[in-house]
Amino acid sequence: MAEVVLSHVGKVYTDGTRAVADLNLEIVDGEFLVLVGPSGCGKTTALRMVAGLEDISEGSVAIGGRVVNKMPSRDRDVAMVFQSYALYPHLSVRDNIGFGLKLRKLPKDEINSRVADAAEVLGLAEHLDRKPRNLSGGQRQRVAMGRAIVREPQAFLMDEPLSNLDAKLRVQMRAEIGRIQRDLGVTTIYVTHDQTEAMTLGDRVAVMRKGVLQQIAPPQVLYDRPVNLFVAGFIGSPAMNLVHATLERGDGGDFTVAVGDQRLQVSEKVLSERPDLERYVGKAVIVGVRPEDMEDATVAGDAEGRTLTAPTNLVEPMGSDVMAHLTLAARAAVTEDIKELAEDDGGRVLDESATTTTIIARFSPRTELQVDDEAKVYVDTDRLHYFDPDDGTAIWGDDNPATTTTPNTSQGTTEGEST
Amino acid sequence: MIAERIGLVLLAVSATVVIAWAYLLFGDRLISRLPRRLNRRVMPWLFVAPAVFVIGCLLVFPAISTVVLSLFDKDGSSFVGMQNYTDMLSNEITQGALRNTVLWVIALPSLAALLGLLVAVLAERVRYGTLVKATLFLPIAISPVAAGVIWTFMYDYQPPITEQTGTMNALVTLVPDTEPIAWLISQATNNWALIAAMLWTQAGFAMVIFSAALGSVPVELHEAARLDGASEWHVFRRITLPLLIPTVVVVMTAMTVIALKTFDIVYVMTNGNYGTDVIATVMYKELFTARDNGTAGAVATLLMLAVLPIIFVNIRQFRLENKEA
Repeated sequence: MAEVVLSHVGKVYTDGTRAVADLNLEIVDGEFLVLVGPSGCGKTTALRMVAGLEDISEGSVAIGGRVVNKMPSRDRDVAMVFQSYALYPHLSVRDNIGFGLKLRKLPKDEINSRVADAAEVLGLAEHLDRKPRNLSGGQRQRVAMGRAIVREPQAFLMDEPLSNLDAKLRVQMRAEIGRIQRDLGVTTIYVTHDQTEAMTLGDRVAVMRKGVLQQIAPPQVLYDRPVNLFVAGFIGSPAMNLVHATLERGDGGDFTVAVGDQRLQVSEKVLSERPDLERYVGKAVIVGVRPEDMEDATVAGDAEGRTLTAPTNLVEPMGSDVMAHLTLAARAAVTEDIKELAEDDGGRVLDESATTTTIIARFSPRTELQVDDEAKVYVDTDRLHYFDPDDGTAIWGDDNPATTTTPNTSQGTTEGEST
Repeated sequence: MIAERIGLVLLAVSATVVIAWAYLLFGDRLISRLPRRLNRRVMPWLFVAPAVFVIGCLLVFPAISTVVLSLFDKDGSSFVGMQNYTDMLSNEITQGALRNTVLWVIALPSLAALLGLLVAVLAERVRYGTLVKATLFLPIAISPVAAGVIWTFMYDYQPPITEQTGTMNALVTLVPDTEPIAWLISQATNNWALIAAMLWTQAGFAMVIFSAALGSVPVELHEAARLDGASEWHVFRRITLPLLIPTVVVVMTAMTVIALKTFDIVYVMTNGNYGTDVIATVMYKELFTARDNGTAGAVATLLMLAVLPIIFVNIRQFRLENKEA
């Protein structure tokens, strides 16, 4: 049994900075868990605490049922793949991979056969006698993986192993890592800041921010039912568009969302999914809409109560879609979360006082939209997201999607705390 | 008088500055007048020429003259060929000195490297490590002569009944029924005592170099080794030490040259008596005491030949490292 359980784990450094706060994670045997978040969110610190490379200030970590707080790294039976690979420069590939086995005094034949097997799997067979400095980045990364695989540990710990590779190689290696993990069935904790890696690799994804776990759920649940503004804005590329809006109830009892001077109709279905919206009638909310939940009305057709108009700022044909940058007459939602995401993104300038904001919509390639055209946008209002403007939490109701889901549930909800 | 001297110094300094500036300025102007290709080839020499000239005058020329002198007799009047060399090598004193020098060459580098490495590695792991390293490094600032004087006092010997004023003997006699040791006189201990005194001044140098090299080993290699199951000893032996080998070579070669050149410690503490002569003291005695230019030259040449291979190794290692970097 190689489940890994983090229980109220916290990390405070000697100068008082807190890196991780009250982290609870239950990773079942064979699960691929991704820890994702912007730089400085504590994900690497958490991983290093599991590895034994950092002291655990609060709480406990248990691997395979044993609490390992005081256990040194070498006894924890976990293998780590570092971002910089950390290959031993003076040893050949063969000796690098076999290093751990040699230390454990396994018979020479067994070491050789295990190393040969791992080399086969990773395509390193003809490089076994070379030194790391004569290998390419991708090959070095595979040697680092080989070194971890060959030890048959209770868990793999990976610290942004793909960050140092070029884009194309990254895509290739991502698929290989996923395949290898599935074949071997070893519990894996994978740290990354890239949400694409998180979504494609994880059985479950845990989003962290400033040392606090925001939400842990399978990728699709994270995407469809983010628990707060941060998760909503972090997961998905291009990011979800977030604007200020007001909820109104018309005379006929129907709900509308007022975005600037325009109105969108909210169906009964949404109200039954999110009963708490009742409390926000007449009040300000933050509305989120994903780029793919919008379409050019000339292609999708006009629909009453589901249309927004906005002048076109920029049109980016991607081949499979067209990304349209539109200037919507509405105030952008700028909270702490969003500012942090924008900084991480590379400093998009956000001005809360501006009366317009740029939103990005993903249109069909059949659109004939041009720059400066007045775009008519069909919005799938059933898929709008609503957030409290004060604390950024998603507005749901009793049926609150949890921050924590148990791993056996592939979608859906269980009880848990929201942040 | 003093005013005169100060005046002369100031004159010398300003003259040097003016001449250097003028040399560079006019040299540059002259050379830039040359056609392009010549210009580029000659220009570096403008800057290097003064240094080459100085080294030529103060190093190369004397070295060559020494070798030439070694082929002549006492006052350089008649040519004697290899006579000086054969005489010197068959001389008992010289033979003893050569034996001692070999001892120094083997013992000093090994002990210095060992001690330096030990302290460098262990000091990393304790909070007061920096203090330890500084303490070991301080003696380098002391001139070898001063070190020799200090250790002469440390090794002082008084007859057994009287109080011991030398630190070493004071410590030795703390053990009941132990007689003080004549460290510098007894042939069993004197060479080692001298080597120890030299070690005291040199170990810090080795330690500092190892400390820097240790710092250049990435922390992640240690972490990876620990996760692979290595104990601290294994981490040191299988990861750190192999990566330090180039540094060990550098330290050993530097210390070997220092061992070969040892003079001050021996001269100050025993003047080479009681069988503690080394090559350098023999050379000194021949030149200044016996006033025998030929023999002194022969000894000096021998020393230079002994050092040459070491320097070659050092330069080759240096070039290799540069290529890799």
